[in-house]
Amino acid sequence: MIYLQLFWEFFKTGLFAVGGGMATLPFLAHIGQSTGWYTQSQLMNMLAVSESTPGPIGINMATYVGFTVAGIPGAVIATVGEVTPSIVIILIIAAILQQFRHNKYVEFAFYGLRPASTGLIGAACAGVIVETLVNTDAVSAAGVNWAGLFNWRGLILAGILLVFTNWVKPTKRWHPIIFIGVAAVVGVVFRFGGA
Amino acid sequence: MKEETELKKYWELFITFAKIGVMTFGGGMAMLPILQREVMENKHWTSEEELADYFAIGQCTPGIIAVNTATFVGQKLYGALGGVVATIGVVFPSLIIISILAGLINNFSDLAWVRNAFAGIQVCVCILILNAVVKLLKKSVVDKRTLVIFLLVLAGGCALNVSPVVFVVLSALAGIVLKQLEVKKA
Repeated sequence: MIYLQLFWEFFKTGLFAVGGGMATLPFLAHIGQSTGWYTQSQLMNMLAVSESTPGPIGINMATYVGFTVAGIPGAVIATVGEVTPSIVIILIIAAILQQFRHNKYVEFAFYGLRPASTGLIGAACAGVIVETLVNTDAVSAAGVNWAGLFNWRGLILAGILLVFTNWVKPTKRWHPIIFIGVAAVVGVVFRFGGA
Repeated sequence: MKEETELKKYWELFITFAKIGVMTFGGGMAMLPILQREVMENKHWTSEEELADYFAIGQCTPGIIAVNTATFVGQKLYGALGGVVATIGVVFPSLIIISILAGLINNFSDLAWVRNAFAGIQVCVCILILNAVVKLLKKSVVDKRTLVIFLLVLAGGCALNVSPVVFVVLSALAGIVLKQLEVKKA
């Protein structure tokens, strides 16, 4: 029964992968290897598509792998399998939190947790910025190739977006999706992907 | 009549999270600026602090951050069923879009315009997340001690390859110890 096996494999992935969608990748690689459902290069292709379509990467990956293995029912079953542990765990935590929301120690813990959460998101953000705007290849033993160090077109777009999302009166209230749309058009017109 | 409004509130929850799912490009972090706009500013379903708390817990519990956060918001509004409905909402667009793409186009991510458009989107997502972090900073860094915690975790998160669980547990302990000392002193 491939559906049952699919559900079980993704249930385990959802239960053990901590830290978001990218953390599921090693689990998915393992599933491919142990079942022979898909190859590693197929998985890499699925990752590329998941990264360039709307929706959280982790969900896109689960849907794509499930679809590859067993069509549309497979896509649904893999996704349901992956989210089931999260839902159960979060519902339990939420219930406990509600009970102890005004407990002194819970409040103290969140006093430390909030800046840490912001720090973690900030670190992830720094990682994405470096990946997007800096060419790490330009730094080598021979020295730094300054002209090639930054993705200059990207940097200019980033600067413009920063200004329009923060300091220009009418545009800073615009919905984020508008900026995403504009950036996509700019990317196509100026061939940001080099393609 | 009552049943109708019951249905309507779940429908609103579903649609809101389906919209958030469509507008998220990238990982769970890319969802944060969209969540801030839709759930906090438009619907007033959560406060900024609550959203930060959900993200903190969502990062250190198993599973996809987007799903964890959606479950939290849905649960807060309408209990367990709300959590399930919000999660179905956030995964729904992915199911449709990926199934269509996987069924029709084999080399979607090789298409030139897709690669170029996504490279542009990625630059935008950087800035949107950066703005989201600045918003969170105003709420989470409230004094010198929280500033130190933020800077330590930021540096540690950039430099060390350790699980977010470590930072979350340590910072929660730090919060308890620091506040406890303050109470003792007073």
